[in-house]
Amino acid sequence: MTAAIRATGLRKSYGDLVVLDGIDIEVAEGTIYALLGPNGAGKTTTVHILSTLLPADDGAVEIGGNDLATQTDAVRSLIGLTGQVSAVDDLFTGEENLRLMADLRHLGRLEGRQRVEELLERFDLVDAAKRPVATYSGGMRRRLDLAMTLVGDPRIIFLDEPTTGLDPRSRRMMWQTIRDLVAGGVTILLTTQYLEEADRLAHRIGLLDHGRLVAEGTPAELKRLVPGGHIRLAFADAADLERAAGTLTDGARDDETLTLQFPSDGGVRSLRALLDRLDAETIEVTELAVQTPDLDDVFLSLTEDRTTEKVATR
Amino acid sequence: MTGYPLLLSDSVTMLRRTLRRMRRYPSLTAFVIGIPLIFLLIFVYVFGGTLGAGIGAGIGGGAGGREEYIAYVLPGILMITVASGPQGTAISVAIDMTAGIIARFKTMAVARASVLGGHVIGTVIQTMFALAVVMGVALLMGFRATTGPIEWLAAVGLLALATFALAWLCVALGLVAKSVETASNTPMFLALLPFMSSAFVPAESMPGPLAWFAENQPFTPIIETLRGLLLGTEIGTSAALAVGWCVAISIASYVWSTRLYERPRTA
Repeated sequence: MTAAIRATGLRKSYGDLVVLDGIDIEVAEGTIYALLGPNGAGKTTTVHILSTLLPADDGAVEIGGNDLATQTDAVRSLIGLTGQVSAVDDLFTGEENLRLMADLRHLGRLEGRQRVEELLERFDLVDAAKRPVATYSGGMRRRLDLAMTLVGDPRIIFLDEPTTGLDPRSRRMMWQTIRDLVAGGVTILLTTQYLEEADRLAHRIGLLDHGRLVAEGTPAELKRLVPGGHIRLAFADAADLERAAGTLTDGARDDETLTLQFPSDGGVRSLRALLDRLDAETIEVTELAVQTPDLDDVFLSLTEDRTTEKVATR
Repeated sequence: MTGYPLLLSDSVTMLRRTLRRMRRYPSLTAFVIGIPLIFLLIFVYVFGGTLGAGIGAGIGGGAGGREEYIAYVLPGILMITVASGPQGTAISVAIDMTAGIIARFKTMAVARASVLGGHVIGTVIQTMFALAVVMGVALLMGFRATTGPIEWLAAVGLLALATFALAWLCVALGLVAKSVETASNTPMFLALLPFMSSAFVPAESMPGPLAWFAENQPFTPIIETLRGLLLGTEIGTSAALAVGWCVAISIASYVWSTRLYERPRTA
């Protein structure tokens, strides 16, 4: 498989502030790559560099086999960007916005019209097509924004936090759209703050923190990086909890929720051993939960204190 | 596949966009027409009697007075029109820049010059329209040109050239502004320049330093040339100076604008 996006050693700083500190990204054709990271990690800067908006201080980028620095126009004819700031013309109707894109992509009159109609249909904007965009809801604007990006049939699409601020239904629609695009052979690089989103959508995830990729891999690979699995036992009352804690001293005790939590590899053997010891003491367990590590664990253990502190003091 | 930029096609697309935006937001065009019309009415009917008498006979061929003054002041009013159109351009450009749609244009294979060029040509068309309205009203008010169609054509050309120059300047001012509010304020000096020129009273009648400024600022030779083209007064070196200023402002502003446009903005 060839790489649709290949970036090596990207660096960017504003004065003393280092935003990107040498990152490498490779995205295979027809896959989704998620850049995951807290606010200020450098996600948007990365997207802006890869989409030709911002020059990097250092590093090399190849998009669809074209060098970003020397074959910029070739790159631009391949890519599409939907950024965080909505890039629609408020004074125009939805249809006019799409027509504008069709003209700028030099689609012929007929082809342009067909493409616009098709996109209005696909993004459920037919009824709103003749209304000025200023009257659109947030979700509709986001859909139009993405539809405008798709007019030129880009092979590589950058989506900067595509679902931030969307309601759950719109978010699901956006996910489906992204999956459909990739099914059609498009390559997508998206940024997100949502672990669930990266987990569900992406083939590969890059965990960005302070301008550096602190981890990279498939969702499953990333989860394996941290032994975050645990078994949680809940008890009926404080007395049971007290007795259980006396027997199983390696558990983390929480008096408020009446639970004990044990680190676990998720295997059945360790679980059985635990329950056997409780059985021997005839302590009743009211609830049992086995937790395999999720991306939250990866995220919190790999991104620096800034985030963990925030969570810890919550 | 035609993904590569096509300057002409893209410029037409961007021009259509600008003109459509102007139609959607007509108050800006109304402003561009309204301001010079109000000045025309005020200067002719409020100050015209006195100012005309002060300026004296010789321009329109009469004895000096209100009818004289409309002839004297019209080139200045036309230049106020030329100065007010581009002020809207600065605002439109600044709105574009803050709205995020420019980021979209920048990541597309769109001819670079077309994005800003669309604004400039749109402004020229809008301003020429406003000039026609102002001219029509002036004719109704009794303005009579004393020259032939060649001179008229030359006057139209000079007005278009001046609009073109100021439009590029205002594109740059719109790009350099950090906010839409700033963009609406910085070009205001353009509205003041006609007052410190020979538009309303002869430059010689002003005190020393102001007279020097009025003699040497770009609006004066343009106004003097227009006056000559419409009324047959002496043009002299004004024509060359007028064209020179316009070309210089256009080139400098174009270079400045494209540099500002390429400058990355993150927001």
